[in-house]
Amino acid sequence: MIKSELVQRIAERNPHLYQRDVENVVNAILDEIAGAMARGDRVELRGFGAFSVKRRNARVGRNPRTGTHVEVQEKSVPFFKTGKELRERLNEGS
Amino acid sequence: MMANLDSVRRSRTVTRADLAEAVYQKVGLSRTESAALVEMVLGEMSDTISRGETVKLSSFGSFLVRAKGERIGRNPKTGVEVPITPRRVLTFKPSNILRNQVSDAPVAVGDDD
Repeated sequence: MIKSELVQRIAERNPHLYQRDVENVVNAILDEIAGAMARGDRVELRGFGAFSVKRRNARVGRNPRTGTHVEVQEKSVPFFKTGKELRERLNEGS
Repeated sequence: MMANLDSVRRSRTVTRADLAEAVYQKVGLSRTESAALVEMVLGEMSDTISRGETVKLSSFGSFLVRAKGERIGRNPKTGVEVPITPRRVLTFKPSNILRNQVSDAPVAVGDDD
């Protein structure tokens, strides 16, 4: 499922809303999650999962094509941990 | 020492209520409807993922369902070997846009491991 399909499915269930509004709803949610992580905040959505930020230390990397060493600076990366309910639903009946 | 650094950067936790508030502010629907829509969006995503389907949200990232085969695990306390049954796991692959947005984010002490 891609974003436009998600928007369409929600719009179908809310005939009183414009598709444009639903698109804005989905974008507002994703922007809020991304913005929180950019501030270093954690996003906890019970039943779904939690988004957080992890630190990656500086390291010496290597250009795989040329083999030359490159310094990779310390950075933060997005991280998602699946919530308990969703994890269980993924493995129902197996 | 840890407590010191912690006070320098206090990490906040964003919840469904904050997402609903963002929808209310940006889209201009009622607070009640904003909250219901946040629930619906997360529900639709969960349903899709639960069916084993990938959810791909451009400029944000992809939720991928991966199948893991059976492997032998070990009870760390007793050392007894136990089979770990095949299962499906969910992984999130952030888009490059999201990675760039987050790359300079401060990380609270204890938050990274």
